[in-house]
Amino acid sequence: MDSLTLILLFPLIGVLVNLLFGWKRGEKFAGWAATLAMALAFAASLAGWLRLLAMPENGRLIRVVLFEWIPVGAFEVNASFSLDPLSAVMALVVTGVGTLIHLYSMGYMHDDRGVVRYFIYLNLFSLSMLTLVLGDNFVVMFVGWEAVGLCSYLLIGFWYERKAAAEAGKKAFIVNRVGDFCFLIALFYIYSVVGSLDFSEVFSKAPGLLSPESTAATIICLLLFAGATGKSAQIPLYVWLPDAMEGPTPVSALIHAATMVTAGVYMVARTYVLFELSATAMLVVAVVGALTLLMAASIALVQTDIKKVLAYSTVSQLGYMFLACGVGAFSAAIFHLMTHAFFKALLFLGAGSVIHALDGEQDIRRMGGLQAALPRTSNTFVIGALAIAGVFPFAGFFSKDAILYSAMTAERGGVLLWLAGAAGALMTAFYMFRLLFRVFFGACNLSLEEQQKVHESPTNMTLPLQVLAALSIVGGWVGIPIITGANVFGDFLAPVFGGHAEAHHEVVLEILMMVFSLAIAFIGIYAAYNLYVLKDDGGSAYAELWPGVHRLLVNKYYVDEIYDACIVQPVKRASIWCWRAFEDGLVDAAVNGAGFFVSSLGGVLRRLQTGYVKSYAVSMLVGALVILLYLTAR
Amino acid sequence: MPGIITSILFLPMIGGLLLLFAREGEGKDSGVRAFALVVSLVTFVLSAVMYLGFRPDYAGMQFVEEAAWIPRFGISYKVGVDGISLLLVMLTTILTPVAILFSFEDVRKKTRLYYMSLLFLETGMLGVFFALDFFLFYVFWEGMLIPMYLIIGVWGGGRRIYAAVKFFLYTMAGSVLMLVAIIWLYFASGVGTFDILAHFREPVDAGLQPWLFAAFAISFAIKVPIFPFHTWLPDAHVEAPTAGSVILAGVLLKMGTYGFMRLAMPLFPTAAREFAFLIICLALVGIIYGALMAMVQTDVKKLVAYSSVSHLGFVMLGLFSFNLLGASGSVIQMVNHGISSGALFLIVGFIYSRRHTRQIEEFGGLLRVMPVFSTFFIITALSSIGLPGLNGFVGEFTILLGAFERNAWFAAIAATGVVLSAVYMLWMLQRVLFGEVSVRANLGLADMNRREWLVMLPMVALMFWIGLYPKPLFERIEPSAKAWLSQVNRRVLRVEKAPAPEIQKNVLAYAQRVEVK
Repeated sequence: MDSLTLILLFPLIGVLVNLLFGWKRGEKFAGWAATLAMALAFAASLAGWLRLLAMPENGRLIRVVLFEWIPVGAFEVNASFSLDPLSAVMALVVTGVGTLIHLYSMGYMHDDRGVVRYFIYLNLFSLSMLTLVLGDNFVVMFVGWEAVGLCSYLLIGFWYERKAAAEAGKKAFIVNRVGDFCFLIALFYIYSVVGSLDFSEVFSKAPGLLSPESTAATIICLLLFAGATGKSAQIPLYVWLPDAMEGPTPVSALIHAATMVTAGVYMVARTYVLFELSATAMLVVAVVGALTLLMAASIALVQTDIKKVLAYSTVSQLGYMFLACGVGAFSAAIFHLMTHAFFKALLFLGAGSVIHALDGEQDIRRMGGLQAALPRTSNTFVIGALAIAGVFPFAGFFSKDAILYSAMTAERGGVLLWLAGAAGALMTAFYMFRLLFRVFFGACNLSLEEQQKVHESPTNMTLPLQVLAALSIVGGWVGIPIITGANVFGDFLAPVFGGHAEAHHEVVLEILMMVFSLAIAFIGIYAAYNLYVLKDDGGSAYAELWPGVHRLLVNKYYVDEIYDACIVQPVKRASIWCWRAFEDGLVDAAVNGAGFFVSSLGGVLRRLQTGYVKSYAVSMLVGALVILLYLTAR
Repeated sequence: MPGIITSILFLPMIGGLLLLFAREGEGKDSGVRAFALVVSLVTFVLSAVMYLGFRPDYAGMQFVEEAAWIPRFGISYKVGVDGISLLLVMLTTILTPVAILFSFEDVRKKTRLYYMSLLFLETGMLGVFFALDFFLFYVFWEGMLIPMYLIIGVWGGGRRIYAAVKFFLYTMAGSVLMLVAIIWLYFASGVGTFDILAHFREPVDAGLQPWLFAAFAISFAIKVPIFPFHTWLPDAHVEAPTAGSVILAGVLLKMGTYGFMRLAMPLFPTAAREFAFLIICLALVGIIYGALMAMVQTDVKKLVAYSSVSHLGFVMLGLFSFNLLGASGSVIQMVNHGISSGALFLIVGFIYSRRHTRQIEEFGGLLRVMPVFSTFFIITALSSIGLPGLNGFVGEFTILLGAFERNAWFAAIAATGVVLSAVYMLWMLQRVLFGEVSVRANLGLADMNRREWLVMLPMVALMFWIGLYPKPLFERIEPSAKAWLSQVNRRVLRVEKAPAPEIQKNVLAYAQRVEVK
């Protein structure tokens, strides 16, 4: 069987096996079955990738049509999938990081009563995510798109007895549906223009059918991007992601950091042909990305929940990816998507290891000095922090540098966009090391009794941490030699993005910018070191510096409150009004009133006030005959 | 297969009549209900045979049977099936045994009359879908009301009499209008027969069309129901026993949309076009209004009832998009809604039979107590909100695509229903299934028993089948839907002989548009 089909088949088998046997066989079986399914899917992805490498550079495409799905006249959608360099990268990340997180989950979810259900959901998620990235037309992609949303809903609300978890799951699904709504309309629009929803047809015909800068092109792209802002948590639809941290931590790592939330970036990159037709849409993408990265990073500065810091960090890093897309540096965006998957999964899993060790504690104000008790977690976490802060030679350095360089030099870029990225980098370094110092260094804020219970996580949890740490170091090297002109990663993706090699590189400028970003990273790290290690006052001095700003950030710019007051409450109130005043008060009252009128009229005229249906029916029949007589006599 | 339709059509009725000889009372009910179940299952098997013998590539009526009935008025017994009615027939023959099986434990009084009513109802519904003669159609259409009226009025809840009377009067008012229109059409057309197909061939005077269309449309609009004719529906559902609700939502509401498709639109295409904007607007209002109403309900069953108003708005939108995507999608969506809503009412029935309440606040945390039930509930809810991979998506997507072709704004407004349905369904799931068990009475609830499994399995299987592989259904719908479209369009062109000037202009404008395409 085709390696492409196998990539999808293994997770499916995993789901089915656990559905049928997992309940009886128990935790260990379910965990291993799910992990094995993912590992096999990873192997299949590797095989697919190798097959692509063996093909000539411009013909790297494997397609498979499983069955005809919705055939209605000229409209035909097949369950078809394709593997090209872009989807190969995505599949490798999803299955690779996915396998590690499955493995980790066996330790993390040990003894949870819902563990079998957990692994079924996790495999189902992987299947959905692979459908999304391998789908060969917009509709199959949309299937995956909605299905990952469903899995996200199920997994955020995994501990459904907690009100906050159930609430967060629902919020995530509904906010995502708002994005999906825009995505759907975009699909309809594309179909009405191109007459097909197959990727190959749309991308080959659209440039001929949509003139550049036309309103249609702009609207389509903006709708697509609106869909992406839902899934990838960008302004204005990012509000669900921080709440999504109610889910188990490995889920946050897999779905809400490494894979699902990057679906929007993937979608924009996949449809880059359309986006290139509209400078307006590209500008919107870049600006929204820049604003999101700033806003989220600033919120992350003051959060006290370890997972919330990472969540806002994810939103911010996704902003970088959109910034890259917006300036046309699609392969830089995908590059950052990949490195981010490594280091953010690492950071989340590290956070999970801490939470696991502290028996559920997530407040960083109660942590500190955990380095001694959790050496492996701590060491790998440091690597993750260095990677995200963009320190040479860790993975994040190269990918962030590629984005910042493009933001400055690309045709669609500009100083302001670059400045936003640089400012974000400063904040990133600061909030990340603030977190690191408060959790692992300094004095421990736990009681002695609690401190004694702290234990390093088992091997099945630390092993994934170590693998991801290694990837967070070397993962960026595939994109290193920009200076020498041969960027392996960019070259591999180049055929997908129309042979767009990144812009000509001015070596001096590039080196200057690298030095500058390094400097930024160190300034941020030093600031955090100064506040949280040297001064060690828990950052209160810095909070008192601008109390108003601090309050604004702690309250996340009040966006949730604004949405609640402007959207949720009005809709609720309007519905209740409709129900009470309009439905019961007007429509139904009119109906009942008419009935009463007829029956009393009938009572007066024919003394038939019995309320029997028969008498009503007879009067109606008579009425009808009268009308008929009148009309025929007319 | 000669006589196949007649045997499918009358088998339930004969079964019902045979029940007259059954004895009723303590300990004797099991025979009655088993007999009813067997009859409905045999009916299903026969319809499955018909489905397999159906030629998917043929657009016209198949298995047609015709016999003179009242020759003096040109009334005949004429039945047949095409790609449009085929699926609705299958829906009926599947939902009836499901409803009967559900009733095994649910209905304890006057069981003989109850199962008779259900079986008669099945014949009535099938008759509406099979009939190719106006008179026959009307007989079944009205005949169907009586068993449904009984089911609500005798086995219903506290306010069952009010609800039953409201249901009866509402639909009766509509069908009387239809009767007038049928008779009028008979005299005005001069065809001299009640044969529906014969009337298709003879254009109706354009000046007359709006009146006749309006009469048919109001009758059907009440059945669908289209906003603002929907207020009978929540009451009828809340009071009806579960099986009644399943049939009511699953099949009876489709009578309205089917009526539009089979009669009102192809008979009076010019008028249908003129009224299209109005009807689409009402459908859009219904989609949003129904969803908003569903959101604030405190009774689970009422919530599901209002969701029907919302979902059927999609079907109307698809029909009045006047294109293949819209029409095919509508037929699929009729089936989908029958499955999803039917299943939702079954789900509500399961908890009602355990707790004898349907107030949302009485529940919470059921996932812990009843995991299997909750899984079925979640799948059904997801099917209802159109999650891809399940049935609802396939219909909604094609309808919206068709609507977009007609007017982008229609699709955009309707698609907000996609968001709203997620809001009310997931909110309900959250309050019923998630959280901690807050009411003590819920602690010891038993999960699904074997009979309940059997009731739900076919529904869930259909959700997945239609969601993943709807091709066989679309294949069977397509030729008939195409014929229907050309019927609607060709008739517009042929009315040229004596229409009013402005209509003529419209017709010509439309004709040009058609030619350009």
